[in-house]
Parts: sequence; C-alpha cells; structure tokens
Amino acid sequence: MLTFTIRRLILAIPTLLFISLVIFLLLELAPGDPMAQVPLTVPPEVKEKMRLALGLGEPGYIRFWKWLVQFFWIEPQVLIDHYFGTTFSEGKLRVISWQHRAPVMDVVVQRLPQTLWVVGMSYVVGVLIALPIGIYSAYRQYSMFDQAGTFITMIGYSIPPFFTGPLVIVIFSVQLGWFPFIYDTTHVVNDWDSFIYQLRQMIMPVMVLALQTTAQISRYMRASMLDNLNQDYVRTARAKGLSERVVVLVHVLRNSMIPVVTVIALGLPAIFGGAIITEQVFSVNGIGAQLIGAIQANDLPTVQTLTFMFAFLIVFFNLIADVLYGILDPRIRYD
Amino acid sequence: MTDMSNMEPTKPERSQWVDVWDQFKHHKGALLGGIIFIVIVVGVFLGPLVWPYDAQFIDIRARNQGPSWAHPFGTDQLGRDTLARMMAGGQTSIAVGLTAMLLALGLGSLVGITAGFFKRLDGPLMRITDLFLALPILPLLLVMMLLFREPLSGAVGPERGIFILIVVAIGVTSWMPTARIVRGDVLALKEREFILAARSIGTSNTNMIKRHILPNVLSPIMVSATLGIANAIITESALSFLGLGFPPDFPTWGRLLNDATQYLQDYPERVFWPGLAISLTVLSVNYLGDGLRDALDPRIRGR
Repeated sequence: MLTFTIRRLILAIPTLLFISLVIFLLLELAPGDPMAQVPLTVPPEVKEKMRLALGLGEPGYIRFWKWLVQFFWIEPQVLIDHYFGTTFSEGKLRVISWQHRAPVMDVVVQRLPQTLWVVGMSYVVGVLIALPIGIYSAYRQYSMFDQAGTFITMIGYSIPPFFTGPLVIVIFSVQLGWFPFIYDTTHVVNDWDSFIYQLRQMIMPVMVLALQTTAQISRYMRASMLDNLNQDYVRTARAKGLSERVVVLVHVLRNSMIPVVTVIALGLPAIFGGAIITEQVFSVNGIGAQLIGAIQANDLPTVQTLTFMFAFLIVFFNLIADVLYGILDPRIRYD
Repeated sequence: MTDMSNMEPTKPERSQWVDVWDQFKHHKGALLGGIIFIVIVVGVFLGPLVWPYDAQFIDIRARNQGPSWAHPFGTDQLGRDTLARMMAGGQTSIAVGLTAMLLALGLGSLVGITAGFFKRLDGPLMRITDLFLALPILPLLLVMMLLFREPLSGAVGPERGIFILIVVAIGVTSWMPTARIVRGDVLALKEREFILAARSIGTSNTNMIKRHILPNVLSPIMVSATLGIANAIITESALSFLGLGFPPDFPTWGRLLNDATQYLQDYPERVFWPGLAISLTVLSVNYLGDGLRDALDPRIRGR
C-alpha cells in the first residue's frame, strides 16, 4: 500500500507539470496584449519599460521556469514564514497579480474562506441528504419513494445551477423576502444575531450547490446498496437472526460505502468548478469570482495560478480517492 | 407436403432495431423525453417561419410587457418579443449542443477504438486521457474563450467565430468519458470468439474495426451521445451566463438567462422561460439516454 501511494505521488508530479505547461502555453499562444489598456499617449519606450516591469521581457521558457519556482518553492516558504515567523522568503519575488499589484496568493488567501464556507458547507449538506435517500430508495427499490427519488435526482442533474440560483432568488428573496440575495462577505460573526444572519445568507447558495451534490451521490449510493443487498452474506446475516436494522445499516451499508467514499472524494474538485457559477449568481466574493474578475481584466498571472490551483485540487483528490479505495477495500491490492 | 410448409417459421424476421424499439417503447420516461426533445427541436427550427416577430426587431414602445396574446412570453427591455428570442436562442444552443457532441463523440470513439484495438497504443492514449481528465474544464474553457474570441471573430466573423470556438472548446474537453467506455468495450470484444473467427479467415484490421468492432460498440456510443448533448448545452449556457459566450445581441438560452438576471428585482418572471427551456431539453435528453441504455442492452431486453 505504501509503495502504491508513493508511486502515485511520484506519478502526480509529471501530471501537474504537464497541466501547468498546458495552461502556460494556452496563455502564451493567446494573442491578447496586456498593454492594450494603456493609453496611446504613453510613448513606446515607456511602454517597453512597463512590459519589462511586468516580467514580460524574457522568452517563454524562462518565464515558465520562474513561475514554477515562484509557485512551488517561494510560496511554500512564505507560508512557513507566516506560521513560524521565519524569514526564508525575504526579498524573493512572488507571483504578482497585474490587477491588484499584490501577490496573487495574498488575494487568494483573502478570498478562500468565502468559497470554503459556501462550497464546503454545501458539500457536507449535500452528502448528508444524499446518503439516507440512497439507502432508503435502494432498500425499497421501485417503491414510490424510489421513483420520486429517481425523478428528483434526474432534475438535479438536469437543472443547471445558473437556473436554480435565480429561481430560488425569485422565490425566497423577491417573493417571500426570507433571505438576502446578495452574499455579504464583510459580515463578521461575533454574536448570536450575526450568526443567524450569516446562516440566512448562506442557505440559498448552499441549497443550490447541494442539489447537484445530492443528485449525484444518492444515485451512487443507491446503485452501490443494490449491488450489495443481493449478496450471499446478507442472506447469511438474516439467517443468523440479526435484526433488519443491523443487516442494512451495519453489514450492507459498510460495504456499500466503499465506492461511495471515493466518489465523494472525486466530486469535491468539480464542486469548486460549479462554485464559479454559483458565486456569480449570489455575488459571493470567493476564488471563483476572483477568476472571473481576473479573466475580464486580462490579469494573466492570477488566471494562471488559479487555474493551476483548480487542477491541483483535481489531481490531489483523485490521488486521495485511489488510496482510500485501497485502504477501505482489502480485496483491492495495487502491488 | 403441404404440412411441411406449415412448419416454416410464420413470423417475419425481426431486425435488431425492431427489438430495440420494442424495448424502448416500454420506458415511459424515455419515450416522453424523446417526444419532448423532438418537439423542442422542431419548434425552435420551424417556429420562426410561422411566428410574425423577428428576434432582433426592436419595438421600444412595447418594452417590458408581461405575457399577452401578442407576446405570449412578454417582451424584454428593448421591446423584443421573448418567444422569438427564445426560438432564435434555442437554434444556437441546440446547434452548439449537437455539433459539440458530434465532435466529442468522434474524438472519443477514435481514441477509444484505437486504444482498445492496438495494444501498443493503449498505454500512451490512456495516459493522455487521464491527463485530460485532470484538467479543470470550466476555468480552462473560460480562459480559452477569453483568449481566442477576438482573433477568431476577426477571421471568420463574430458569430461564426464564436460558434466554432465554443464547439471546438467543448468538444476537445469532453471526449474522455466516451473514449474510456469505448476502450473498455473494445477490450472485452477482442476476446470473443467471433473476432477470433474473423481474424482466422484473414480479415484486415480496417475491416475488422468497420464490420465487427464498430457495430458492437454502437450502443455505448449512442448513450454517451445523448449525455454529450446535455453536457454541451449546459456548458454553452454556463459560458453565455458568465458573459464569455456569444456576443450580447446574439441570443442563446444562457445569454437570455443572464440578461434576465439583471432585471431580477423588477421582472423576476423573465428568468423562467430560458431556464425552463434549458432544463427541459437537458432533462428530456437525459431520459432519452436512460431509455436507450436499457433498450440497447440485449441482457435487459425482453424483460
């Protein structure tokens, strides 16, 4: 198992390098000019200096190497410095956003909590709703509940978040006036009332994202439960006289959870992608909104770094899913 | 001797597709989904021939109207008829969905069959597939839209340029599931006796793929085609919704939804129609795929 994990870790490195190269080349080949916004009255030699100041003077491979060094070597040092008060990163160049004139990672660190709160909470809520639905609809296959569950999950698959978002805004904010429809990111939770306000403004984005999660995971849960319910060991457990509750919730559930856990791990990065849209709908000031803003402002270092971070999340959770699968299921041995 | 002729099979021979259709008919959801999808496609492409208003016709005195007999879906902030715009938008959305699906399907089948059939290419092609699966699709699509829209618009005109860009971008980033499924099926097929028999009478590789492999992997390809349409329509709408799709005066369902959200407080009902159209199309196509999967699987058929 350990060798497998190490092998996968080593394999992840070329994958990540390839992805960062793809992103870099995509930005490199693009014909857009970051100087296009500069007024025409600025003389060309000044423009050339500005270009150099942005680090655009060198050829592509040097800039790619610099970006790699900054992202993988200097940024972790900054993080260590921040936590332990050391001075590893002093005087070293970091990835600078053209838009904010500040290190990209500083902006990311400001934005990340909003995304994590909304996205993380919605994922937890979605999974918590999905599991019981999946279990029950498998246990009572083809019952009314199962049919209704199938229909609702089909709807969850089919209705995109950019429709459910405005829809819940229309219903719950405009018509009923229950929840605020703009997410206030400056809101500070310091007492009970502000906590309630935070809860109220989080409900709608969480609901929209959770619908998608629920649809997917309850499908997997149901299929996995159905696979296991007809196994011989279930009949044995019933023949031993165990109660139905124990049979389903202990014997079957534990075995059915194995593929579901990996699906949960695999789905996490996709949720970050979906959050880009949901953040746009509810004006949540997270990293999805940062990416959109950077794309509109032609801020290439931010776009490159953020896109790579999304890729990193995907590779990382794929790895976790693979390793988890091996740990949870003793029948699977990767050696 | 007349008795002997009665022993002949009386039933006419049934082709495989008749069996498929028989099974498909039993799946109510799929049948309904298929009908709805056909109605939407026909309505969207033939509707503008019957409907008197043009999608671009501005009637500023009739702006911001609610539903009426003249404008069943109301009008927008410039007095353009929403029904006409929905039909025009649907043409683009469905055209993008179908073309992108065909491109993804072609790429996916090509990679899948090559990887499954030629052992030497299997490793490299599957590694490439894995790499593509690890790409963050939505951010990359956004970046592609940002970077290549201007030059392509300049080269072949704004609408056609963005159409090509969106179709290629979606096609290139969504072929991987098809490739994996097709490869798995081809690998399983290669072990079967009929392939061995065909091989032993000297069938060439090209003929082997054309006559024996391709017809047998058609069902997973068709199922992923339906899922591909749904996926492409949602992706295109998402791009348009984020303002990185087609130009503002060029309606698509996602674009209309985006325009409507800006008037959410005053005219909340405007969000409803484009959203419903997207959801209904995707839902019907998904049910269609569900039914096709059941109908094309000979193990389930006849139950």
